[in-house]
Amino acid sequence: MITAGIDMGSRTVKVVLLESVHVDGAPQLKFAVKKTHIMMPGDLDPDQAAEKVYGDVLAGAGITRDQVSAVFATGAGRKQVAFATEGITEMTAGAKGANYMYPLGRTVVDVGAEEGRGMKTDELGRAIDFAGNEKCAAGAGSFAEAMSRALQMTLKEFGDASLQSDKTIPMNAQCTVFAESEVVSLIHSATPKNDIAKAVLDAVASRVCAMVRRVGIEGEVVLIGGMVHNAGFVQSLKNAMGVDKISLPDMPEYISALGCALIAAERQH
Amino acid sequence: MSSISVEVTAETVPAKKEFWRWQENVWIDETKDWKSAKIITCGIDVGSVSSQAVLVVDGELYGFNSMRTGNNSPDSATNALQGVMDKCGMTLKDIHYVVGTGYGRVNVPFAHKAITEIACHARGANYMGGNGVRTILDMGGQDCKAIHCDEKGKVTNFLMNDKCAAGTGRGMEVISDLMQIPIAELGPRSFEIDAEPDAVSSVCVVFAKSEALGLLKAGYTKNKVIAAYCQAMAERVVSLLERIGVEEGFFITGGIAKNPGVVKRIEKLLGIKAMETKVDSQIAGALGAALFGYTLMQKQAAKAA
Amino acid sequence: MIANYGYKDGSGEFYISIDTDKCIGCAAERACLNACPKQMFEIITDDYDDEVAWVKKPNCRTLAYDCSECKPASGYTSLPCMAACTPGAIKHSW
Repeated sequence: MITAGIDMGSRTVKVVLLESVHVDGAPQLKFAVKKTHIMMPGDLDPDQAAEKVYGDVLAGAGITRDQVSAVFATGAGRKQVAFATEGITEMTAGAKGANYMYPLGRTVVDVGAEEGRGMKTDELGRAIDFAGNEKCAAGAGSFAEAMSRALQMTLKEFGDASLQSDKTIPMNAQCTVFAESEVVSLIHSATPKNDIAKAVLDAVASRVCAMVRRVGIEGEVVLIGGMVHNAGFVQSLKNAMGVDKISLPDMPEYISALGCALIAAERQH
Repeated sequence: MSSISVEVTAETVPAKKEFWRWQENVWIDETKDWKSAKIITCGIDVGSVSSQAVLVVDGELYGFNSMRTGNNSPDSATNALQGVMDKCGMTLKDIHYVVGTGYGRVNVPFAHKAITEIACHARGANYMGGNGVRTILDMGGQDCKAIHCDEKGKVTNFLMNDKCAAGTGRGMEVISDLMQIPIAELGPRSFEIDAEPDAVSSVCVVFAKSEALGLLKAGYTKNKVIAAYCQAMAERVVSLLERIGVEEGFFITGGIAKNPGVVKRIEKLLGIKAMETKVDSQIAGALGAALFGYTLMQKQAAKAA
Repeated sequence: MIANYGYKDGSGEFYISIDTDKCIGCAAERACLNACPKQMFEIITDDYDDEVAWVKKPNCRTLAYDCSECKPASGYTSLPCMAACTPGAIKHSW
């Protein structure tokens, strides 16, 4: 049986195709993924982008639409996916996907472009509690991205630079717009870029961590969403949460879409 | 003429005049002669974008100077005051009491006292608009204040938002940069449209910027996008005002007071027109500060008597 | 006077309001100062020369985050600061 999950984020659309197969008698899940960028000024509207990426991933896997039993959608733009069977919240999808990758995972942190949230999950990957900080750019990835632009670095360079610093400079500004001015004046006062990068990532980490604390930090911590690629952020988050280890899945941006596909498969039985 | 003897302990005196600085906006009441005054007080308001120095002579507005805040706050305070003192031949030792506000609360070395911008704005608005002023909105460069006061200009309810750029001058600058249109033109242009658009849905300036780009792509003219943005700012500011209670006697100060695109939309949402003022409302904070100084001087004189 | 400390941003409205009329001459011996686990309150002399409590400046900009531990995601029944302030001067907007 083949199911699909589609995560309509505020920046990118992620699709996961999931097929249940048996290899030597053991059930296995095989999946294919595809992502496309929809952030304005892109050339596609969200519903067009959903269509395109879904079509692309099906073509790439060599299957047709009617071979897919169900498509579940999540993300800020999930209502714009015309062909979705059902929509589920990012909390439900993220918890499921994270717990699948890390069965002992109980605290899930999802940091995307526009939202940072924390979920508590049970052993079956059900979100039993969650807290999020939405609609404020300072609480999520776009804050780090805006500051990296102010420092004229790529996000990766930015993350790596932050690892080179051991200082803790608190930022006064709590808004992306004000923080850009603060970063500029830090640059002018000859603060090393590494220290600025760390200050920025520490700031995002502390905001995300405050959200996670509302659900409580327990057991294995899993981080999902694009910020996993930012090693500096991961370190800042570990410091903020007071944990030594955070589980980092491969292809972290797809975990919520994977969760959708898994739940779609579960519900078909 | 009896003179008040008070100790004036200025810690630093403006040392040198800087001829390069431009005086943005200096005014002196030519009909008054400060030399025959009993009490001269001064208020200094250092903001993130502009700084004001106001002179109050025997409780009445005598002069002011408004100029851009430089990189150095203490210098801005000094320069602002020097600008207005030069215009009337006054020196620091002629001033009996100096009150600092805004960033000037910490950065005016020669101030005798610091008072918050909230109390100073209320007092200044009460002077400029009269004792009917009840609701004050100040949209500054990096903050937004909503204040409710009584007939004496005493604050009864307030909030100040300096966390979020929405509703501040910086928030407006973002759209000005995006559209590549000077900020002073944004207001008038927001009315050169065929129909009033809905506000952009985001409170957050960062997300509103993305929305604005989307609207352009969807065929909105630049003016219409600006209108949608101004409407969002007006709605956001009105929600701040509603928290402290809006009452007639509505007074607006700060840079955005000069942006009709936002002001007119606020008035429409509230169903209340903002009060007009003959004096530049940007001096409200510094004026209030100087008036506080005057009251303090009067109290000191009464005690001494 | 009602002093509202905090902010409104895209995520919501986060204000701690202090009714200074109830705060002057505190009948609770300033219990709020120690009740708050992050010690966000302090006593100041305000512009009208009254001694009242306020929220410390740096905390005003991060209220949603600073108060998060007293407000778990599943809802809260009482807050230490409000419980300590028996005159009822302290209120939270969320």
